Amino acid sequence: MPALTPRNVIIAAVLIALLLLPVFVAFTGKIFMLTLFTRIIILALAAVSLNLILGYGGMMSFGHAAYLGIGGYAVGILAHEGITSGFVQWPAALAASALFALVIGALSLRTRGVYFIMITLAFAQMAYYAASGLARYGGDDGLTINTRSQFAGLINLSNKTAFYYLCLLLLFGCIYLVWRLVNSRFGMVIGGVRSNEVRMRAIGFPTYRYQLACFVIAGTMCGLAGALLANATDFVSPSMMYWTRSGDLIIMVVLGGMGSLFGPLIGTIALLVLEEALSGVTEYWQIILGPLLLLIVLFARGGIDGILRSLTPKVRHG
Amino acid sequence: MADALLQVESLSKRFGGVLASDAVTLDVKRGELHAVIGPNGAGKTTLISQLSGQLRPDAGRIRFAGGDITALPQFRRSALGLARSFQITSLFLDFSALDNVALAVQAHAGHSFRFWRNARNEAELRQPARAALERVGLGSRADWPASALSHGEHRQLELAMALAGAPRMLLLDEPMAGMGPDDSARMVAMLRALKQEVTILLIEHDMEAVFALADRITVLVYGRVIASGAPAEIRANAQVREAYLGEQEAVS
Repeated sequence: MPALTPRNVIIAAVLIALLLLPVFVAFTGKIFMLTLFTRIIILALAAVSLNLILGYGGMMSFGHAAYLGIGGYAVGILAHEGITSGFVQWPAALAASALFALVIGALSLRTRGVYFIMITLAFAQMAYYAASGLARYGGDDGLTINTRSQFAGLINLSNKTAFYYLCLLLLFGCIYLVWRLVNSRFGMVIGGVRSNEVRMRAIGFPTYRYQLACFVIAGTMCGLAGALLANATDFVSPSMMYWTRSGDLIIMVVLGGMGSLFGPLIGTIALLVLEEALSGVTEYWQIILGPLLLLIVLFARGGIDGILRSLTPKVRHG
Repeated sequence: MADALLQVESLSKRFGGVLASDAVTLDVKRGELHAVIGPNGAGKTTLISQLSGQLRPDAGRIRFAGGDITALPQFRRSALGLARSFQITSLFLDFSALDNVALAVQAHAGHSFRFWRNARNEAELRQPARAALERVGLGSRADWPASALSHGEHRQLELAMALAGAPRMLLLDEPMAGMGPDDSARMVAMLRALKQEVTILLIEHDMEAVFALADRITVLVYGRVIASGAPAEIRANAQVREAYLGEQEAVS
């Protein structure tokens, strides 16, 4: 039973608000809220997956948006070829992302620091240009998806409320999965490598294979977000995996709190709601958002979740 | 030699123009505490790094428990029961003391592709870890973050981690480094108790500790072994006195 700290109460309130959002929308008729929050939840899922390698594993991947694109294109291309069954599309999206993560991870995890960042970035940009070159699937202009993934009548993704709840369910499921993972033996190894890689090798862990497995799990999870995003927008384009999108995902994780279970969700909500609100006030909203992010990164090392945690005095040792 | 647990044969390692290990040959018998001493820059840490597998020797052979381990990666040596502690404390500072030791236990408890059960609730990992912490006198610090422990406690934690895998042999790289006299005395007492159970190769600057603990001593100067034998022989060895002990005694 989690303690009733201000942080836990706020997070519980956010989760309940997300659960009740469609009810609010039904009463007020603000459909755009449902669209906005569907997008937020999908990107939060991508951020959760990035947090697994970045926050918990200390692997600074700068190409995470590539998996969004690969998951999205798997759905888009299959739909374009007349295969609209989600039972085919979604496993294909997951498998394609997992395979891509396996290849990128196998190569990039042999490097560290700046090299790792640059290699992951380079691979994501390669995926971006590859997608731009797919003339049959719209090239630079992207590909419109005429039919959303079909699940044999089990769920209709064109129903905005049903789709919202599916995304929310998958987000909660993935957060739960990450929670199990990071507290398992596997998670201890991943955290140990982040903390002190040299020592992990010295006490007898073959670190590379665990990091690679973690990298593939995160990539696959992000591929799922990609499949959802393609269905949410009925459209895929190379810009889904442009490097600025990878940057956005990093900002969401850092803003919410690296290595925090709910941090990526909070960070994504904060970033996208701010973006939405500020862009309504001025078209130069980035001038306000930029310094705001800088302040949070400079003064709250644990991101927003760090601020929430600091509301409760810590038990001090020594 | 039949009862040698570790045999090092003409091990050489060169860094640029420096021969850090120059045909080093030594053996450590089962159950003994073997100390390696030498002035700064004698290549002591280089030697231990080659034994633990962090560095590859340029030439020579290392045999452990009868098998050739010269080409084995670090984690395989560790699995065979060769554990090392570090001269400069190397811990998981954002983990609790118990987590640190539990990770060392986990390293020897099969593969870690276990994704579901909470590792912090697994008695199989926590109990040996707790026992190792008690062993080095850190039982009351189990739940403290490693970053909150004192320097002396860090050294004790290092030792607990090395012990946690129930190793056959410990490679200890200056476990007393930077310790005050009280902590040093405690560490000497602990090592004396430990050497009843496990073979130890000890690198140490503290001469008093070395002569109090060691069954045999090897003296390394500029990467070369200049003498090897019982403490009394080493004390009496003219070459050693000249190269090393003379200056020490002049100081003390």
